Amino acid sequence: MENSNQSISKRNYATQPKANYPDYRSTVLRHQKHELVVLPQSIADMTSPVFGHMSLGDKDHDLIINYAPTGKSAIGERISVFGKVLDESGRPVSNALIEVWQANAGGRYRHKNDSYLAPLDPNFGGCGRCLTDSDGNYSFRTIKPGPYPWPNGGNDWRPAHIHFSIFGQAFAQRLITQMYFEGDPHVEICPIVQSIGDARAIEQLVARLDMAQSVPMDLRAYRFDIVLRGPNATMFENN
Amino acid sequence: MDMDSLDIRRTRPAKSNLITPLRETASQTAGPYVHIGCLPNSVGVKGIYSNDLMSNRLLADAPITISGKVFEGEGIVCRDMMLEFWQADERGSYDNGIWQRTSTNLETGLFSIKTQMPGKISTAEGCVLAPFISVWITARGLNLGILTRIYFPEHENVITQDPHMALVPESRRSTLLAQPLDGGYRFDIHLQGAAETVFFDV
Repeated sequence: MENSNQSISKRNYATQPKANYPDYRSTVLRHQKHELVVLPQSIADMTSPVFGHMSLGDKDHDLIINYAPTGKSAIGERISVFGKVLDESGRPVSNALIEVWQANAGGRYRHKNDSYLAPLDPNFGGCGRCLTDSDGNYSFRTIKPGPYPWPNGGNDWRPAHIHFSIFGQAFAQRLITQMYFEGDPHVEICPIVQSIGDARAIEQLVARLDMAQSVPMDLRAYRFDIVLRGPNATMFENN
Repeated sequence: MDMDSLDIRRTRPAKSNLITPLRETASQTAGPYVHIGCLPNSVGVKGIYSNDLMSNRLLADAPITISGKVFEGEGIVCRDMMLEFWQADERGSYDNGIWQRTSTNLETGLFSIKTQMPGKISTAEGCVLAPFISVWITARGLNLGILTRIYFPEHENVITQDPHMALVPESRRSTLLAQPLDGGYRFDIHLQGAAETVFFDV
């Protein structure tokens, strides 16, 4: 059993985005007007579904080919994304399920509600998943997604990004976020990114080019480490 | 100025993006296309995963149905929500906990799950908690996932003694109660408005 049944430190909201951020228009009617009700943690929050032994398909972690017929591959800049999942105490989170999704190289999602001008790539689906190893390491291959315009009342373009969904070892660690790319000028003018008020917390969402892990004549690598909420010192006793 | 040689720079590993002391990675919205990543078959992205990851159990024959809609401010139905449910099994065990994931229907906004009635659990201090299902919701416009709970009206006697429910303002407790409907339950979620659902910080 992966569950440690340990209580998790309280969320530090200073490094989290504001729920109400009118520059990101969709938050206006969706944020909570009441304060959150603070609860002591119970075993419901300290445990999590365990996917560590789930059998993933052998192409699940390779978005370059996982939607393409054999011998074909997606159009775009070939990259790998790798990193470590840690908790706030620095402990690696093993067997964490990471699910990713993204637009194609032209900035178009394979989704019936996306009608952007850029075409679909017949060889790109846009999702993948992997598990962290015993040291918290993960990696997947994909193509670099394109930036795209979105309806937010103005001339808004999303920075190139990959969506991440991560399960930790406690449901209180559950996290969905987005990874951005080093050097992208859209990061500092994107309302979704800037809903995070803390510049260092934004920097933490930016993956960096790693030439050591880049594969000559094949692909470039980006490093993106992830931190989940950390454990409290005292162990929970399950009565 | 970078004094390293070109040979070193062209093969250099990246520094970590993490800040110290370590802080939880900031959340970002799941966006309107969350289905591609979490329920791809449900939006026609077929052939990558044989089945969508919708549960850690087989629940097709489970006795309870819970369905509902999510409303944003001005009473508008949300059609792009992803919901995850985490609960104890019928005996109150989380070692054998039941996890499920679904989305609100892209046309109607309705969600529906089948499950078992969760059992009672206890706090570290030995207080009994009324049975509940944790619900975690993400979507476009939600910068952070939000957490609520479904309680059941037939456990009213336990709920009135429940130390967690005691922390919820009395006038808002009813937002956490599923309503019996057609042999199952209805649980609507209001992100805003007079009936705003209670959301938790655990």
